[in-house]
Amino acid sequence: MLDTFFFYAFALMAVAGAILTITLRSAVHCAMALIASLAGVAGLYLLQNAEFLFAVQIVLYIGGIMVLFLFVIMLVNLDAAAKQRQFHRRFWGGIAAGAGTAALFAWFLVKGVGSVELAAPSPVTAETPGNVELLADTLFREYLVPFELASLLLLVAIVGSVIMAKKRTS
Amino acid sequence: MDTGLLHPITTVHYLVLSAALLLIGTIGLLVRRNVVVMMMSIELILNAVNVNLIAFSKHLQDPGGQIFAIFVIVVAVAEAAVGLGILIALFRNKETVQIDEIDLLKW
Repeated sequence: MLDTFFFYAFALMAVAGAILTITLRSAVHCAMALIASLAGVAGLYLLQNAEFLFAVQIVLYIGGIMVLFLFVIMLVNLDAAAKQRQFHRRFWGGIAAGAGTAALFAWFLVKGVGSVELAAPSPVTAETPGNVELLADTLFREYLVPFELASLLLLVAIVGSVIMAKKRTS
Repeated sequence: MDTGLLHPITTVHYLVLSAALLLIGTIGLLVRRNVVVMMMSIELILNAVNVNLIAFSKHLQDPGGQIFAIFVIVVAVAEAAVGLGILIALFRNKETVQIDEIDLLKW
């Protein structure tokens, strides 16, 4: 019963934050709403026993990416942009996607949970190690090459963003 | 109570939530003019994907889903860093962050 309550609380937080992110006028307010949405998603990770990803979401997304966003918002002056028209001509695409969302929810509410057929859930084994331990074992045994490639990707991204943002002196 | 819509939270609930977040992000990406808000919409889309991956990781008791979510976060970080760098360079040259005023390649 308790996890039902927490699921709906976090889901409401995530969806309401997402809707505010795409509708608010000021970019700073959008960033704040996105932080609320990301925190809701972090809570959902915790409900799904993904404790490591919960911590990563808080530290990396909310503490890292969103601070980067806020820095850029402060750096490029968006006050003038907030006073202008916020939505542009591809409005019909947005309306189609909104209709898709409404249809999805209507379908789910009418048909119920049983209408989606998934594979049977795997049984929980008792001797499963903790989440961080399990992730470390999997990451460094099976996914070692992608892990190293990810570090290379991050290096390239750091160099690229520094080159992009620096002043050209010529 | 087995097939109740509200009470037992199943994997399907997470999938529906993930689809809703993905569609909200898509709407934001399509209709907003501000480039910063468009990048925030991309973050929303990537988060929706992560919710999906975590839900199936729990459903199938397979840590691969969580590993994949970590890689999605890594790519999101790289994308945000490079994208915001491009945005700063763009603002320095064009003095605008409205997507339909950046039409140099359009004729």
